[in-house]
Amino acid sequence: MSTNTLVHVEVNIHRDDIGARLGMWLFLFTELILFGGMFIIYSVYRFTHQEEFHLAAQELNTIIGTFNTIILLTSSLTMVVSIVAIQKQKRNLSLLFQMLTIFLALFFMVNKYFEWTAKFHHGIYPGSDTLLNENSGHILFFGLYYMMTGLHGLHVIIGVVMISFMMRFTFKGIVTYDNYVKLENTGLYWHLVDIIWIFLFPLFYLIT
Amino acid sequence: MDKQDINTEHSHGYGIYVLVWLGLLALTGLTVAVAGINIGGFTIVTALLIASVKAYLVLAIFMHLRSESKIFTVFALVAAFFLIISFILLFSDYSFQ
Repeated sequence: MSTNTLVHVEVNIHRDDIGARLGMWLFLFTELILFGGMFIIYSVYRFTHQEEFHLAAQELNTIIGTFNTIILLTSSLTMVVSIVAIQKQKRNLSLLFQMLTIFLALFFMVNKYFEWTAKFHHGIYPGSDTLLNENSGHILFFGLYYMMTGLHGLHVIIGVVMISFMMRFTFKGIVTYDNYVKLENTGLYWHLVDIIWIFLFPLFYLIT
Repeated sequence: MDKQDINTEHSHGYGIYVLVWLGLLALTGLTVAVAGINIGGFTIVTALLIASVKAYLVLAIFMHLRSESKIFTVFALVAAFFLIISFILLFSDYSFQ
């Protein structure tokens, strides 16, 4: 009898996973507006400084950019696979894929670090003398480059922190095969970060 | 149908995700290859077109929009609509200055 009462209480705990996911999507739309604003600024300056953007983009390393694209796409795969694993009640496999996602995200950031420091060594950073001596299109291109990839990088770091929490939740049994909406929402966030990079990559690295 | 079933729907196998990932990698290769060819004004159009296809794949499969209730797609379309409207209005001004 007492067991029955307990089960009855648990079933009545309010739980709305669809609502939780919809809430996450609404948050993602605010992110879309945040980055969308920057893409609008980029498109206008690119329109008014076409030649200069062209030349400035040649200073970016396409190979690192392509490599980072592959890393981020793969991390999206490991993220979504970690959800399938938890659905199939394979907790350890899910933990492994979450860890792989974090590993790939950090790999992305390490590449970004080397890319940025190489630019700094050449004196290309916002407000540097080398950059300020260039034409205005050049300054705008690198200003947008640092701002947009920087904000994207910040999102990658936030993603790493969130996935770390999910690993802890999965480990402690808070995220389980029949209650994984937290992990799924983290995945949604991670995929959005991936989508933003999908657009950043050709716009900055492939316009030479 | 009890509550648990509503909350834990759309369980796929791994296969579709690996396929989509391969598709995304192929499209990345394509966009890099196309960028190397000089086709003038079409370069940016092709790059954005490929990026859109990639974004669609991520949205539909990785973010489960395809198997999610229709209202999610409606929301996403409305959000995309307003972003695109901002671009169109802006460039309808800039292009004719």
